Amino acid sequence: MSLILLNLIDGLVTGLLLFMLSSGLTLIFSMMGVLNFAHASFYMLGAYFAYQISAAIGFWPGLIVAPLIVGVLGALVERYGLRRVHKYGHVPELIFTFGLALLIEEIVKFFWGTAQVPFLKPESLAFPLFHIAGNAVEAYKIFMIFISMAIFIGLLLILTRTRVGLIIQAALSHPQTVETLGHNVPLIFMGVFGVGTALAGLAGVIAGPVLGTFPGMAIVLGSIVFVTIVVGGLGSLWGALAASLLIGWITTFAASYNVGLADILTALGFERPEDLSETIFRDAWTLTLPQIGPILPYLLMVLILVFRPYGLFGKREV
Amino acid sequence: MSAVDQNRAASRAAAGGLSLAALAPWIAAIVALALLPLVFSDNSAITIMNQMAITIVFALAYNMLLGQGGMLSFGHAVYMGLGGFFSVHLMNWMEDDLVALPLPLLPIFGGLFGLLFAMLIGSFSTRKAGTVFAMISLGVGELIAACSIIVVAFFGGEEGVSGDRTYGVPVFGIEFIRHVEVYYLTAFWLIVAAALMYLFSRTPVGRMANAVRDNPERAEFVGYSARWVRYVSFCASGFFAGIAGALFAVNYEILTEENLNLATSGTILLVTFLGGVGFFYGPVIGAVVFTLLATVLKLQTELWQLYVGALFVATVMFFPGGLAGLIAIHATPWRLGKLGGLAVPYLKTLLPGVIGLLALCAAAELAFHNREAPAGESTMGLFWMEVDTHSPLTWAVVAVVAVGGLWLANRGAPALKAAWDEATTPSDGGRS
Repeated sequence: MSLILLNLIDGLVTGLLLFMLSSGLTLIFSMMGVLNFAHASFYMLGAYFAYQISAAIGFWPGLIVAPLIVGVLGALVERYGLRRVHKYGHVPELIFTFGLALLIEEIVKFFWGTAQVPFLKPESLAFPLFHIAGNAVEAYKIFMIFISMAIFIGLLLILTRTRVGLIIQAALSHPQTVETLGHNVPLIFMGVFGVGTALAGLAGVIAGPVLGTFPGMAIVLGSIVFVTIVVGGLGSLWGALAASLLIGWITTFAASYNVGLADILTALGFERPEDLSETIFRDAWTLTLPQIGPILPYLLMVLILVFRPYGLFGKREV
Repeated sequence: MSAVDQNRAASRAAAGGLSLAALAPWIAAIVALALLPLVFSDNSAITIMNQMAITIVFALAYNMLLGQGGMLSFGHAVYMGLGGFFSVHLMNWMEDDLVALPLPLLPIFGGLFGLLFAMLIGSFSTRKAGTVFAMISLGVGELIAACSIIVVAFFGGEEGVSGDRTYGVPVFGIEFIRHVEVYYLTAFWLIVAAALMYLFSRTPVGRMANAVRDNPERAEFVGYSARWVRYVSFCASGFFAGIAGALFAVNYEILTEENLNLATSGTILLVTFLGGVGFFYGPVIGAVVFTLLATVLKLQTELWQLYVGALFVATVMFFPGGLAGLIAIHATPWRLGKLGGLAVPYLKTLLPGVIGLLALCAAAELAFHNREAPAGESTMGLFWMEVDTHSPLTWAVVAVVAVGGLWLANRGAPALKAAWDEATTPSDGGRS
C-alpha cells in the first residue's frame, strides 16, 4: 500500500512536469496548427540558463529569470523563424521546428559541453519533508507539485476569467474575426508562443536538478510530450492534463513492479523451455514490465491514433 | 512552379518513348560510377562512396514519401533498419549453410522484408497525411527502436547483430572480400533502385501520388482513393528503404539499434530536404553533399554538426527548394542566355557573404578551442594557419572579417536582386 502511495506521488510529479510542457505545446498547436518539435529544446534551454544563473547568483533568481529569457527567445523564434516558414505550409513548419531542435542541441553542446552539468536543487529544499513507510519524500518533490499546480490553475484562470484570455480563445478558433475587431492577432500568436516556451523553460528549471541537465534531455522528454498531447487530444488543455497524469503514472508504476511475462505465461499453462538460447521465443521468457515501461506511452499513442484519432478529450482529428 | 515545368518536360519525354536525352543522365551516371574507383582507389575513398550510394538509395526512397507523396516521416529508418537486420540474419544463415544465395541478390530480400513491414504499418498510418502521419511514424519508429533492445532474438540487444558477407554463393568467382567488389555491388543496386524509383514516379500511381500530395480532395473526385495511393507509395518506399538497409548490411556487416532510431530517421530527413524534395535528383545531391560534410568536415572540426544544423535551418527558412531548387531557379536565366550577367553581382555579394560566414565559424572554433583545449595550449590550426586563440589580435581579425564580409554582402544584396530580376525577364520587354 505504501509503495502505491509513493508511486502515486512520483507519478504525479512526472505527470505534472509533462503537463507543463504539453500545456504550452497544445496551446501553440491549437493556435497555429503546427506541432512545435523544438518545444522540449526550450525546456532544455530553461534548465541550462537556470544552471548558469544559479552558479552566479543562486537558484531562486534563476527560477524567475531563466523562463523569461526562454520566453523571449521563443517569441523571437516565432516572429523571425516560424512566421517566415508559415507560408510554405504545415509540413515545412514541422521540418523547421525539427531542424531547430537539432540546432539547439548542438548550440547547447557548443556552450556547455556534452557532459551533464552539476545543476543542483536548492539546499533549502533538499530535506525529507515526510516519510511513507520508511521512504523519504523530499521537500523539492512537493515544491515541484505545487509549482506545476499553481501554473495550471493560473493558466486556467487567465484563459477563462480575463479579457486577454477571452481574446486568445477567440483568436484560436476565429482569428480573422478577431483581427477584424481590431486585435493584433500576429502579436497574440507571438505572445502565446512566448508564454508556451516560457512554461517549458520553467519546467526545465525545476526538472533540471532532478532529471539531470545534459544535452540529451530534450530528446528524452520531447517525444513523450508529443505522445502526451496526441493522446490527450490536440488542442485540449484538459486532455493534456489527463494524458500527462496517465502517462506519468503508467511509466512510474511500470518501472516499479517487476512482473515478468514469464509469470503470466506460466500462469496460462505454458512450460518454460529448458534451453532458452534454442527457441526464437526466448525473449518472451525474459521480458519484464520495467523493460517495456518506456515504450508503453508510444504503444498507447499508436493505439489512440488508430482507434480514436481525436485523442481522449480532443474535438477534432489530428 | 519549376517542379511542374520539370515534370512536364519529363512527361513529354516519357510520351515520346525512350529518347537519348532522357537516357543521357543515366548513362553518364553509370559511366561515372564505373570509373570512380579507378580515380579514387584507396579503401577509405571507396568506403565513403559506398556510404554515399547507400544514403542516395535511402534518401530517394524517403523522397518518394516526402517529396512525391507529401508524407513527412520521422521514423523511416525503421524500414531500412529492418531490411538490414533481416539481411544480416540471411548472411548468417548462409554461413550456417541453411540457405544458399549469391550475395548480389541479398538486397531483394532486404527490400521484401522492408516491404512486409511497410505493408503492415502503412495499413493504418497512411489513413491521413500531414501531422497525423508524422506523429504515427514517430510513435512507430520509437516503438520499434525501443523493441530492438528488448527483442534480443532478432535485434541482438545492445550490441546488435553482425555477420560475414563472404559466405554467399560466389558469382563468377567473386566472393566480395575486397572493398572494390562491394563497391560495384552497391553501385549496381544504386542504379537499379534509382531507375526503378524513377520509373515508379512515372507510373499512373506515381503521378497520382503528386496529385494526392497537392490536393487529396480533388484526387478523390477524380476517382482515386487518396488513402490507397498513399499506401502504395508508402509500401514502395519501404521496399527501397529495405534495399538500402541490405546494402548497409553488406557494407558494414553489423546492424544495431542506431540504425532504427530517431536520430537516423532525422538525418535522412535532413539529407533529403537539403538536397531538395521537389526534384527527383534532389536527394542524390543531398546525399552526396551530406556524406562529404559528414566525413570530410568531421575530420576537420568537432563542431560539424552545429554547422550542418545551422545549414539545415537556413535551408528550411530561405531555400525550401533545397540545393536542387537553387540549381533549378537558374534554368530561366540560362534559357534566356543571361546567366553571365549574374556572375559579377554574385561575386560581389556571395563571396564576401561566404567569407563573413567562414569568419563566424572561425570565431566559433576559437571559442570552442579556448574552452575544450588542455590548459596552456593556446594555438590551433585554423584554415591552414596556426593562430593564437588567446591573442586579442586573432579575435580582432576574425571580428573585422566577419562584420566586414557580412556588411559587404548586405550592401550588395539590392544590386544582386536587381540583376536577378533583369536576368529572369526576357529582353523583348516581357511577354513572349
